[in-house]
Amino acid sequence: MADMPVVDYGKCDCCGLCVSVCRCHILVISEGRLTVIHKDKCNQCGRWCTECEDVCPTGAISCPFDVVVE
Amino acid sequence: MTAQIETLSAIPYFGGIGPADLGAIKDSFFEKAMERGGLILAEEESSDVLYFIVSGAVKLFKTSADGKEQIIDIARPGQAINDVPFFDGGPNLFGAQAMGAVVLYGVSKSDLERILQRYPQITQNANRIMARQARRLTALVEDLSFKPVIGRVAKILLEHSEDSPATRPKLTQQEMAAMAGTAREVVGRSLKSLAEEGVIRLERNRLVIRDKKALKEIVAAFS
Repeated sequence: MADMPVVDYGKCDCCGLCVSVCRCHILVISEGRLTVIHKDKCNQCGRWCTECEDVCPTGAISCPFDVVVE
Repeated sequence: MTAQIETLSAIPYFGGIGPADLGAIKDSFFEKAMERGGLILAEEESSDVLYFIVSGAVKLFKTSADGKEQIIDIARPGQAINDVPFFDGGPNLFGAQAMGAVVLYGVSKSDLERILQRYPQITQNANRIMARQARRLTALVEDLSFKPVIGRVAKILLEHSEDSPATRPKLTQQEMAAMAGTAREVVGRSLKSLAEEGVIRLERNRLVIRDKKALKEIVAAFS
């Protein structure tokens, strides 16, 4: 299971945009820090989703993926 | 609900306008909340309200005749989402859709025209913001027209897939962008394009290469 998403705390300024767009509600800001909770619930719908990475203005959050050949 | 002075002061359009003056204009603004997926503006329709994002992210996109979507930008807090059609009187350039819960401030054309006459600083700010927007859009056109990123992205995927599964690291779009010498957004577009052509399939947490031969042909075509 991919660790998804991954936060670079050196770049994260807790603007909260990623939290606002996350469909699976796995991102929270608690005590001034972005936390990924319930990683295994990320993309439970089975869809490809990188919306938190797309909206982040500082590039602090990224969504690693495997590359496989069918 | 009307606008808050503190919130208005964070919007670049109103940079340099003091609290007293913001207090004088704030009642011209109204607040609008949208849930995820809510359509704020439709492409090609007219709008006599200018919207600024207070919180949340808004997808600005164009849709082709056959339903293909091209994201032009993701607008964030502080940005106006329809200033060009607002100022030139034309229809909306893009559709605008809430990516999550979004709060907007809106102001009618007649009210903003009165505000602009009273505070020329805002017009100067608007000019600067739209000039930057024109520069950004020009860079996007340049990327899409002249830089065959898709060939570089295809090459990265091919090379990556040939690593041993045991040692192969996971990729991110940001890493691919750094490798390809382009922006993350352009990588995202390239991946979508490859998926639409059936060369790859995008799944939960993974990218599946469906047609390795086609991927090699794309690499060869842009070499």
